[in-house]
Amino acid sequence: MTINITEPKPVSFVVPVVAAAGAFLGIFVGTAHDNTLLGLLGGAVITGLLALIFLTIFRREREARWISVAGFAVIGYLLGGLPGGVIGIAAGWFFGWFIFWLGEGRYRAKLAPYYTPMQVLWHFSFRVICGMIFFFLITPIVVVMPLSFNAENFFTFTPEMLRFAPEGYSLKHYEDFFTNSDWQQALWNSLSIAPAATLLSVGFGTLAAIGLSSEHVPFRRPIMAILISPMIVPLIISAAGMYFFYSRIGLQGTYLGVVLAHAALGVPFVIITVTATLVGFDRSLTRAAANMGANPVTTFFRVQMPLILPGVISGGLFAFITSFDEVVVVLFVGSAGQKTLPWQMFIGLREQISPTILAVATILVGISILLLTTVELLRRRSERLRGMSPG
Amino acid sequence: MSDTTETGPVISADGVPLKKSLRRALRRQKLRALGLIAPLLIFVLIAFVAPILDMLFRSVENQIVSNTLPATVEALQDWDENSGVAPDEPVYKALYFDMFLAAEAKRHTRLGSRLNYEKTGLSSLFRSSGRRVDDLGDDYADAFEDIDPRLTEAGFWFSLMSGEGEKNEDPVASSRRRLSGVADSWLFGEVGFAPSQEITQLLPETTRAYSEFAVFTALVDEDVVAEEDPWEAVYVALALDLANADLSSYSGPGIETLRMAQENLGNLPIVPFKDFFEDIDDDWVDPEYWQTIAVFSPSYTSGYFLNSVDLQKTADGIEVRPENQRIYMMLFQRTMFMSLMITGSCILLGYPVAWILANLPMRTANLLMILVLLPFWTSLLVRTSAWKVMLQQQGVINDTLVWLGLVDDASRLVMINNQFGTIVAMTHILLPFMILPLYSVMQTIPPSYLRAAKSLGATNWTAFWRVYFPQSVPGIGAGSILVFILSIGYYITPEIVGGTTGVFISNRIAYHISSSLNWGLAAALGTILLAVVLILYWAYDKIVGIDNVKLG
Repeated sequence: MTINITEPKPVSFVVPVVAAAGAFLGIFVGTAHDNTLLGLLGGAVITGLLALIFLTIFRREREARWISVAGFAVIGYLLGGLPGGVIGIAAGWFFGWFIFWLGEGRYRAKLAPYYTPMQVLWHFSFRVICGMIFFFLITPIVVVMPLSFNAENFFTFTPEMLRFAPEGYSLKHYEDFFTNSDWQQALWNSLSIAPAATLLSVGFGTLAAIGLSSEHVPFRRPIMAILISPMIVPLIISAAGMYFFYSRIGLQGTYLGVVLAHAALGVPFVIITVTATLVGFDRSLTRAAANMGANPVTTFFRVQMPLILPGVISGGLFAFITSFDEVVVVLFVGSAGQKTLPWQMFIGLREQISPTILAVATILVGISILLLTTVELLRRRSERLRGMSPG
Repeated sequence: MSDTTETGPVISADGVPLKKSLRRALRRQKLRALGLIAPLLIFVLIAFVAPILDMLFRSVENQIVSNTLPATVEALQDWDENSGVAPDEPVYKALYFDMFLAAEAKRHTRLGSRLNYEKTGLSSLFRSSGRRVDDLGDDYADAFEDIDPRLTEAGFWFSLMSGEGEKNEDPVASSRRRLSGVADSWLFGEVGFAPSQEITQLLPETTRAYSEFAVFTALVDEDVVAEEDPWEAVYVALALDLANADLSSYSGPGIETLRMAQENLGNLPIVPFKDFFEDIDDDWVDPEYWQTIAVFSPSYTSGYFLNSVDLQKTADGIEVRPENQRIYMMLFQRTMFMSLMITGSCILLGYPVAWILANLPMRTANLLMILVLLPFWTSLLVRTSAWKVMLQQQGVINDTLVWLGLVDDASRLVMINNQFGTIVAMTHILLPFMILPLYSVMQTIPPSYLRAAKSLGATNWTAFWRVYFPQSVPGIGAGSILVFILSIGYYITPEIVGGTTGVFISNRIAYHISSSLNWGLAAALGTILLAVVLILYWAYDKIVGIDNVKLG
């Protein structure tokens, strides 16, 4: 769409930049071997020379990149063993790409041609900053996964794991999760509480959302405020109130009490998603159905329900995950007999530190990826049904 | 009806004025909508709103003192709190019978621990006294047995107290009320005992004590009253009554035995109640302890609220707590400070991400969105445990730093169990709540505005600060309030990564519910927190509107 000029950049610009990047990497390598200055200089010289050679003498990019990867891998392996080698491969790939990306002027390809050098610099620095924030967001979740295969009972990477030695890895924490009666009981409790709570909140919630979205509802705002309140009130306060009140009426420490509490917490999510779906619902469809002689129940199940189903299901998923994830309220309202999975994890984190928690965490991340995909697909389907463009 | 409508109103097909039939249709529609909403509304009111109201009620409720020691509280009305001397004999007499009943119902320790929140030492005082109140009655019972062994027989007592002639139901009814208050639940059922009118007048204290015994035996222990030996307190009451009863005109069952007991009253080891309590513990004649009981005797108290802002209620009015007991203001301040820090770092980290998501091509943006949504969908416990793995001293970050040589192995960074750990972990957990509203606001800002500003000669910074930023402020506002509301009431993450210096007010609430069992204080702290959140929520509603809350 714009005219983009990609022209080779002078060596006098590329080599210092690459050398600076190399020096930055070299600092870490140097510090790890107790000689920061040597690392800094070494990194600058090696990468600078590499850039000079690739851009002036050896201009065949494909081969040059392979050479870079291999060279850095060897240096890394010599300096830091197998993990060093892996980092070396990454560094080699990066420098191979970086040298030609800069040297051929490709970095300008997608930028407006009138950008000043400072703007270009800012553009890429900004991307690096954003990349670091994304890194911050995702790393903790990713780090948990390999650690769950730890052969030791540690929360940290063992030297064997870093050497990628097979004896450093095992499935014993998963085995523990699937055989330990505490964990299995907790899983079973979670799986029996969450669906019941979801059913309650989806059943009542869908009806109420339909009622709320009709044209004339008296006291709409106060009713909405009450129905949304479980989402607004801090969980610890809900938990405290429910603990006091449920122990008065004998529901504290019972399955029913936990289900009721979780259903109440899930209601706002159902209300919000279903009313959002109903905003795009064409009322003339129900009128047409009534006109053709369908009674309200038939109209609801044959006309309205299929159309709002995506919203109902994603509301249900929200309610399910709320209950499945919830720990504060169940901690107070439940007793040992209702110990759910998050509760067991909470105890595990607070008292006995066992990497089984990480195995459970990995399984839960898998489940949340599945749920995320489902909700996203449902959202697109619902928007398509309502004639909106798929996001 | 059609006659009257000739002059004006439009009529619908079935002959009813159109206005009326429209109104009727509208009403039907409203009722239908309300009918659909009603089940959920009732459900939420019972399962959620009622508990919250119960908590509000508990933060001021203080019926335990007047329920457990009703007579004492009444007798204390005549005592001057600021007199500096202990109350007189009537108060101790009332205390004896109240304490005896409470000890039988095993409720005296509960009251002791309640009053211990206000003055240390009262808990052990009540516990030790509860054990000793039986002793006094035992001495009396032994003395009565020496006078006539029949006086300690269950059957004799039952017929003596039942008497002859007209029955009086009042003592049993009031005992039932009294015991229901002590036991904190209404006692149902048949007692199988009622004193006669005459005996009620003749031996008022004994009737009261025996009725309490009868109600307790029949409804709590579920035994037959006539077969159980009376409580020790009944003998004490009898001794009191006999001292000034006129038995000459009474002719009911057991009168000879009673007369004999009255004649031998000198053989009883009668001691004033005040001396008895002083003998148990000197603290009972310490006016300071009585002041505390008197100050906290009303059914409703502001004491819990005062306590939660580091004040205390004394006989001289409201005072600031001693330096070493002030923790709640500090905790509230810390909660506020850390929530602000978390909100600030969420803005700092969320703004660039939202910007880049809003300005990248749709496909790339959707892909990167996964990186935001995945943490959002991942279990809170998973993320918290991940941060524990990352931050601890043998954790991933420290290991990496040591491996890189940036940190010495001996001086690994302490990043967990302090404020830093809580702020980092909670920023990560709450960041999606900042990014999502910011993103949806930034999507609506046309990128051409920025280009227009630049083409008119604005520098990059001016264009951003004067054109783009003001338009994104609603997003910052919405996201900030959301993050702030969420972080102010967080419990799990501070509990796990916060140690002692990184915990919030909510951790203290949980502590009071499950460990110290000071529910009133927990409720008061919760009420204050709730008030703060509701004010913020109101602000959120003004800025964004509740209806505009979107998920995912």
